[in-house]
Amino acid sequence: MYDLLLIRYGEIGTKGKNRHVFEQRLQANIQAALAGLGVQEVERAHARLYVPLKENLEEMTNRLQRVFGISSFSPVRRVPLDFEAIKEGAIEVMGSSLWEKEPLSDSPGKLTFKVDTRRANKGFPMTSPEVSRELGAVLLKEFPQLSVDVHEPQMTLEVEIREQYSYVSTERIPGPGGLPVGVSGKAVLLLSGGIDSPVAGYRMMKRGVAPVAVHFHSSPFTSERSKEKVLDLARILASYGGPIPVHVVHFTEIQKAINQHCPGKLMITIMRRMMLRIAEMIAEQVGAGALITGESLGQVASQTMESIQATNAVVELPVFRPLIGADKMEIIDLAQRIGTYKLSIQPYEDCCTIFVPRHPETHPKLPEVERAEAKLAAKELLEEALERTQVIICGEN
Amino acid sequence: MIYFDNAATTRVDPKVASVVQEAMLDVFGNPSSPHTLGLAAERLVRQARDALAAAFGCRADEVYFTSGGTEGDNLAIRGVLEARSRKGKHIVASAIEHAAVLETLKHLADVGLCEYTLISPDGKGYVAPEDLVAAMRSDTVLVTVMAVNNEVGTVQPIQEMVRQVKATDNAIYFHTDAVQALGKIPCRVTDLGVDLLTASGHKLAGPKGVGSLYCRRGIRLSSQTTGGGQEEGLRSGTENVPGIAGFGLAVELAMNQMTERVRNWREMQECLLRLLEEIPDSHVHGEPLSNAPHIINVGFPGVKGEVLVHALANEGLFVSTGSACSSKRAPQSHVLAAMQVPRDVAEGSIRISFGSANTTKEVERAGELIAKAVAELRRFQRQ
Repeated sequence: MYDLLLIRYGEIGTKGKNRHVFEQRLQANIQAALAGLGVQEVERAHARLYVPLKENLEEMTNRLQRVFGISSFSPVRRVPLDFEAIKEGAIEVMGSSLWEKEPLSDSPGKLTFKVDTRRANKGFPMTSPEVSRELGAVLLKEFPQLSVDVHEPQMTLEVEIREQYSYVSTERIPGPGGLPVGVSGKAVLLLSGGIDSPVAGYRMMKRGVAPVAVHFHSSPFTSERSKEKVLDLARILASYGGPIPVHVVHFTEIQKAINQHCPGKLMITIMRRMMLRIAEMIAEQVGAGALITGESLGQVASQTMESIQATNAVVELPVFRPLIGADKMEIIDLAQRIGTYKLSIQPYEDCCTIFVPRHPETHPKLPEVERAEAKLAAKELLEEALERTQVIICGEN
Repeated sequence: MIYFDNAATTRVDPKVASVVQEAMLDVFGNPSSPHTLGLAAERLVRQARDALAAAFGCRADEVYFTSGGTEGDNLAIRGVLEARSRKGKHIVASAIEHAAVLETLKHLADVGLCEYTLISPDGKGYVAPEDLVAAMRSDTVLVTVMAVNNEVGTVQPIQEMVRQVKATDNAIYFHTDAVQALGKIPCRVTDLGVDLLTASGHKLAGPKGVGSLYCRRGIRLSSQTTGGGQEEGLRSGTENVPGIAGFGLAVELAMNQMTERVRNWREMQECLLRLLEEIPDSHVHGEPLSNAPHIINVGFPGVKGEVLVHALANEGLFVSTGSACSSKRAPQSHVLAAMQVPRDVAEGSIRISFGSANTTKEVERAGELIAKAVAELRRFQRQ
């Protein structure tokens, strides 16, 4: 009965001059998300996108619910700009939906419904309330099991009267909202194997950021499996916005140098500073405008205000910390919803703890940190680490 | 690449691989089918059964094919419990058995189907036959002790154990898990005196997913898999013909070459022990030279076994941990713990295990790599 998916996008419609850029990006992202499903073209006309629908509504729904920028979408029947045609379409769509919902029910007035009409094409001879009223009457007569309830209906028949066609539907599926990935630019995401950083990446992707991930690998102190796990996390994130390059940095030599030359209690602070420096260098390489971390204020020693101050001091780019005000439980909740949680809690990280002192400084003082760090051949170490970086594209089909 | 993790699994011998492939592509019939293709498949299975019978010194109809060591252990334990329920449900086992035995016992005890007593070894990994006897009760139905320990290579005095157990209560069955023993030490069941013996294909250059259980004639064992009645009804399911054919050949090759292989392995062991001795504060567990020829387990306090394994893998040397990486989640090796090895030594332990293709030259190189990695890693141990 349905031949198209009609896709609505809320927020980006209001962005003035940039609107065109946003729409094109969304169109391209949808096209990429539906790759392999035989969708030749995503059609764009007057603030709506249309995708031809075959026998694959479920798979399309799964994928579209991961494309940021979509506010909602509906499987629709496209009919001409003519009330008779709309009427026929409405009867057909309502008939099929009723059959799916209550195949054998014919008790009168059991199901409540209403008709919602949205007339974007003001050239159409009837007003929206007129269309709703007339269609309501037609459907009541056609389907005795229906009764009208305009406040809390069990079903809503939606009619959109647009420039070239009208569309009827009984279903509206929520999209993820947000902005199309890419419209806000690129940022470098510090991706560990933990729970927080993938969630931070997800949140920034939702605001239109295309992430470039950087992972610090400490072979042999961390295993190949822990690296695989990070790549798998990146693949999950990629399902929300396309392929993500992961820069795997060989961090071992830096850790060893810190371990040898710096006081144990400042180790984590100095490690974080080195990580941010490398992330910024990679940002420059790839043309990213910000860094993203999964820090949440006070969660661990390296995430106190003083620690963040001491680490933030080494970079010029803005550091986005979308989880800074989130509780662990909120983060876990979101991680579960986006599908990264189960992977994140796999215990491959353990051996890295060899470098973590028992009592890390929670209130590092910047001058003290800088003095301690001066003993490192930082420039050489950073360059060497960068040189030994391997880039893996995750989420390519 | 140097592969010294043969106690985990082995590379399939190319000759074995081609037999497996042949069985898959050409002799693909079902042994139960009456036509010639079925007959050809049946012949492959029979040849393999004969090869195993020759290795164990038993009759061909005492060899049952399984999916591997874990199934063999399970079938022996569960099958005896079920068949001997009138005598009782108590089992005596060593504390250093493979998880296939220990977890099975634990589970069966949890659901009330058995009671069991575990016997700890001494500091060198040996279980005393007297301790087994002392733990036996009138309702004991089975004693199960592995022939060669998979982590440290200790060879248990199975023959003496059987003698003492049977002298005390002749109605008790004796099972041995010989997964690490077959092809490494003699496994003739008449010499050992065991009633049940589990073996596996992939530890001796055979394919994964195939193994066998020897069950002496007259021993009562209940099937745990019902169906089409294959393997004399003890283990139903269409035979894994390619696996079984490969297993058979692998065992045949291992038996033919055993003397030569063992001689090489002993040489390699001696060489490695010399090299390990030069590494400060290294602790070889048990007495490798008087035990299984292919395993050495050594601990380096101050190093984490798992980190050492990663470091060596980065250099192209593949070994395994003697114990899992220390964390709240991962417990240390139950074998080393039972041998009273101090925790820091156990945590820094790795297992080196040889296969038929390894050489003394590789051992020399491995010794260098281990010495270097241990020295390097010790510089970064947590204070």
